[in-house]
Amino acid sequence: MTSGRVQLVVTVIGRDRPGIIADTTRLLAGLGANLEDSTMSILRGHFAMVLVAAADVTATEAEAALAPLSADGSLQVSVREVPAEAPATPLGATYLVSVHGADRPGIVSAVTAVVAEAGGNVTDLSTRLSGELYVLLAEVDLPAAVDPEQLDRDLVATGLELGVEVSMRVLDPDVL
Amino acid sequence: MLPPLPDGRVRPAVLAPAAVLSSAATAVDPLDPDVVALAADLLATQRSEPGCVGLAAPQLGVPWRVVSLDVTGHPKARTGHGPMVLANPVVVAATRWERGREGCLSVPDLTGDVKRATRLVLRAVVPGTGEQVEISTDAFEARALQHEVDHLDGMLFLDKVAGAHALHARQVYL
Ligand SMILES: [Zn+2]
Repeated sequence: MTSGRVQLVVTVIGRDRPGIIADTTRLLAGLGANLEDSTMSILRGHFAMVLVAAADVTATEAEAALAPLSADGSLQVSVREVPAEAPATPLGATYLVSVHGADRPGIVSAVTAVVAEAGGNVTDLSTRLSGELYVLLAEVDLPAAVDPEQLDRDLVATGLELGVEVSMRVLDPDVL
Repeated sequence: MLPPLPDGRVRPAVLAPAAVLSSAATAVDPLDPDVVALAADLLATQRSEPGCVGLAAPQLGVPWRVVSLDVTGHPKARTGHGPMVLANPVVVAATRWERGREGCLSVPDLTGDVKRATRLVLRAVVPGTGEQVEISTDAFEARALQHEVDHLDGMLFLDKVAGAHALHARQVYL
């Protein structure tokens, strides 16, 4: 089945406990898989991890090898094979869109729709609900052809409709 | 920078989301007795909150340009001017930007990494005396002053965090 190295996307979701990352990566190492990009977070107490690994096994074989993780029913593990992609090159500048205000349905969809219409690409996103306060932070790559000031105006207008504060500013990398 | 003040009243802090926290505050007459009373309330409220080093009038629901500050004893402070109350503060110089973590009484459960000037010159008027002061400071006092001046411009640290993953749940110290 396998024809050389493939890229696998592994997702692990479930009740948090110490040792999930250690167990997952140990089982992957046992397959000879090489970890590439990964991200992990605790969302309202739920463990959520997505990682990309290069391996010589199929997704089915990897999922079988990771089965001990989900044996007690507290975690869901899935593995999918994805085509190897050339790393995307940023086209323009990166901006941070900050949104905060009273929680209501539709904030994320409305804000990201404005970004998408402008041709912006969300590369990193986090949201938090803290009491009544909802906060959304989105890092957005904007192609050089897009006018950031126009996008800023559109976002502020959307914020007014939603009754939330929206601001956007350029993210300068700290090169030390 | 600490004039004689009447006894301040501890007042409840306004929490985000609240319109008063997202609107620019107006300049005040530093000799107005209501402004002096507000300055006293800010300092009293700030002192009543453990770990609170500064407060801005919008956090008490008042859209005026008055803040209180005291970083005395804070481990990240270098220069410190002791307890102060300031009206109409204006940043006149801000240099040497560094990222650091800060919280806010009005955003009780979150902290954020924010880039702030670590060298700051600020001009303001002392409520009650009308004395014009220029404060040169650094490190944590500079950070705290910028945070409070932002409140007067309707800005929270949420508007200034350093990236999509620069917001954190506040640690609960037992
Ligand atoms: Zn604050």
